[in-house]
Amino acid sequence: MVVSRFHSRGVPADPDRVPPGQYVTSGFPVLSAGPTPHTPLDTWTFDVRGAVRRPVAWTWQDFRALPRETVTVDIHCVTTWSKLDTTWAGVSLDTLLEAAGPSGGFVLAFSDGGYTTNLPLADLTGGRAWIVDEYEGQPLEPEHGGPARLLVPHLYFWKSAKWVRGLDVRDHDAPGFWESYGYHNYGDPWREQRYEGD
Amino acid sequence: MQSSLDGNAIAAALFDVFGTEMTAALGTCGGCGWSGALAEVAVYLLRPGVVARCPQCDQLLMVIVDRRGTACIELAGFASLEEPGDGS
Repeated sequence: MVVSRFHSRGVPADPDRVPPGQYVTSGFPVLSAGPTPHTPLDTWTFDVRGAVRRPVAWTWQDFRALPRETVTVDIHCVTTWSKLDTTWAGVSLDTLLEAAGPSGGFVLAFSDGGYTTNLPLADLTGGRAWIVDEYEGQPLEPEHGGPARLLVPHLYFWKSAKWVRGLDVRDHDAPGFWESYGYHNYGDPWREQRYEGD
Repeated sequence: MQSSLDGNAIAAALFDVFGTEMTAALGTCGGCGWSGALAEVAVYLLRPGVVARCPQCDQLLMVIVDRRGTACIELAGFASLEEPGDGS
């Protein structure tokens, strides 16, 4: 019998690029808390709602017509793998949030399948977060969060919600799915904020 | 493509938490009323945590999270969970 792994722990980590406790993988492990949704694009919308001046909902066609950016970033999963130089394309959250005019300071991102994650609004602005629908030049595959996922590469990757369908802007912070089970509320990989209390 | 496993995949984790073999324990889904052995639930094993869902309606039944070496389990999705041998 041949047993193969889809990732390797053998790549030496550069401490300037790889946070403490992480190893570099060339694979792309699939992590999920439930079945993979398959939302038809003709019914897909992305909503920014809640504490905003103007709630906005983009259809897939509207979303694809927005100004797009291509970014190459390193991503870090709380399960200790990091993947360097990943290239994604999509829409900056600066563009999406500006259209809605948020008045609250916190966001709960929500996804098909019921997954949620919470973030400070400030971490989604300033060119640090995107809604991406392409990975390495190809449409984002469903098992990696397609048709579109949140991308917040400066936080642990559970904050980059797969199958994202919108942002609920709030005046007060409230934990999302993994945060409510003891994972860190903020999730900074450079401070190893894996669990509540880290 | 990731697909779910069944409850046998977390037999060891359940044993660690409950101190007894649990795959034959009878659970009832609080959402749709499905009733069956823990061995039959749909398990998503890949981390950050382990998630078990109802095989009939996908409701979240159980979450197991390892926090610094301590297993924490949430069972709120079950309407009931009877250990093997209960009621005999």
